[in-house]
Amino acid sequence: MNETFKLDENLLRKRYRAEKRFHAYGIIAIGLALAFILFFFIDVLSKGIPGFQTVQVQVEVDYSQVVADGNYRRVVQKDLVHIASRGWMRTVPMQLRNHPEMIGTKETIWVPAAFRVNQYIKGNEGHGLEQKYQALADELYKQGTIRKAIDWHFFTRGDSKLPEIAGVGASLVGSLVVMFITMILAVPIGVVTAVYLEEFSPDNMLTRTVEVNINNLAAIPSILFGLLGLAIFINFFGVPRSSALAGGMTLALMTLPIIIISTRAALRSVPNSIREGAFGVGASGLQVVWHHVLPLALPGILTGSIIGLAQALGETAPLLIVGMMAFIPEAPLSIYQASTVLPAQIYTWSSDSIRAFGELTAAGVIVLLTIMLMLNGLAIWLRQHTSRTW
Amino acid sequence: MANKQTGNFKLETRNVELWYNKFQALKGISLGIREHHVTAFIGPSGCGKSTLLRCFNRMNDRVDDCRITGEFLIDGKDIYDPKVDVVHLRSNIGMVFQKPNPFPKSIFENVAYAPRIHGVVKNIADMNNLVEESLIKAGLWEEVKDKLQQPGTALSGGQQQRLCIARAIAMRPGVILMDEPCSALDPLATAKIEELIDELKGTFTIVIVTHNMQQAARVSDHTAFFYLGNLIEMNDTHTIFTAPGKQQTEDYITGRFG
Repeated sequence: MNETFKLDENLLRKRYRAEKRFHAYGIIAIGLALAFILFFFIDVLSKGIPGFQTVQVQVEVDYSQVVADGNYRRVVQKDLVHIASRGWMRTVPMQLRNHPEMIGTKETIWVPAAFRVNQYIKGNEGHGLEQKYQALADELYKQGTIRKAIDWHFFTRGDSKLPEIAGVGASLVGSLVVMFITMILAVPIGVVTAVYLEEFSPDNMLTRTVEVNINNLAAIPSILFGLLGLAIFINFFGVPRSSALAGGMTLALMTLPIIIISTRAALRSVPNSIREGAFGVGASGLQVVWHHVLPLALPGILTGSIIGLAQALGETAPLLIVGMMAFIPEAPLSIYQASTVLPAQIYTWSSDSIRAFGELTAAGVIVLLTIMLMLNGLAIWLRQHTSRTW
Repeated sequence: MANKQTGNFKLETRNVELWYNKFQALKGISLGIREHHVTAFIGPSGCGKSTLLRCFNRMNDRVDDCRITGEFLIDGKDIYDPKVDVVHLRSNIGMVFQKPNPFPKSIFENVAYAPRIHGVVKNIADMNNLVEESLIKAGLWEEVKDKLQQPGTALSGGQQQRLCIARAIAMRPGVILMDEPCSALDPLATAKIEELIDELKGTFTIVIVTHNMQQAARVSDHTAFFYLGNLIEMNDTHTIFTAPGKQQTEDYITGRFG
């Protein structure tokens, strides 16, 4: 039996081929994923970047008594009535009521152009500008009294039925308020629940049932949380419909299981030898958790919480049910006031028939994506700057 | 059972039985541990030696379905008395574990942690002295005195284990429990720890669980041999290794099983 086995050349070649094939599958899969991401970014950016650009027209504003009395069309020269934004003109009488000393004065300023002019100047299909105004717009553009400019007001204004003066400002504020409410509710409750379940509770039927149910909660469709929020917070506790409070509490329900699960995973990754060492020198249960376990689990807890909150930020379905999907042009002044959030705003715009809203939809998506990327970046940064080795 | 010592014991167990759920891990253990002596628990894996060790500072309290009957006495007082505060008990009984487990904090903080949470030191100067004293006793001072603020986890395995010993003796406990303290260390580091155990027994009562019979023979004054949850034999280490009273003990120490 001293003869050595012969190497099976066929088998060897087959194995090499299989490995090469697997390698190729991997490259193809990664390539496809990258292609999709690239396509998505190019599409969103190419559609959305024009949304940040506005078309302005220079007008001589006549703050006359007639305008103050409500005839806002008289604020600009007659021929510019269809060039300047009607939405802007309508704000002038209100402005004059608040500042009566301005009545009788004149000034020359840049104001937003009407959305049809806006689309025409940008060269978009389906701008819908009448023939006679096209010539005028071309003329003014050549003269330099119509110009393209970056629309900083996009970030400060609320929603409007007129796309040239619609912005993400109100929904950004709404999103921030809702996120804040979600955070102060979901993070402490979630972390304490996880710490109790993982570090203190006895292992019995009751806690096992609770655990299974928390895991299931993380997987149920988010729209059900909207129904739950509607039934409990709005119908039972009487929280105002469409309010940031109702939305924040509903999203907190949705985020809780995610935070609990990620916190428990973070706690479980802390080696048991650390707990034994601390108990061994006579630390109490709370001291063990507070001094030793939580500091080590902190990066995981922070990352999980931020990912959960980022998910809540992008969530639309549950907010539909609690009424945050309506046309709400104003930023909320309190948590009880009706407000809208960024994804809801994007959805509202996306379903509008005016073409100019298409640009705004893509621009809104860019804003949302930017915030998401920033939150994820923050999660990565916190993970690296709070982690300790053991 | 077979325990021939007499006189006053630092630690004593009387007819201890312990169950993990339905599995009986300890069966009627009665033994005594002498003050300022080193007592070794030996026996094959799963014989209950570590389980018994962990009863002395009630680490088994953390196991949900663990049930204990019988008596554990320290200086004649019952450890499992409902009036005993387990935190206070553990602060008076140091423990060193199988795998070195310093806290992921500085060397100083590792030693200072227990005195701080128990409030036994009043000011910084006393704390500095206590940390120095503990590190000197643990034979680590010369190696770390210039880097007390560096993380304890950056030390070598043997140094980490001595740091854990310094951490355990910082509270000046009466007893130090060691659960296979050298099983994760190389021979040189092991030799240092063994030397240290020899020095420490002047101040502390030491109970050591070990798999290594040569180690038991080298460091201990008394040896208890466990098998399947029973205390088979306990005697002077010399007697156990030269003239064991039971066939099972002789079989184990001569390497015929285990």
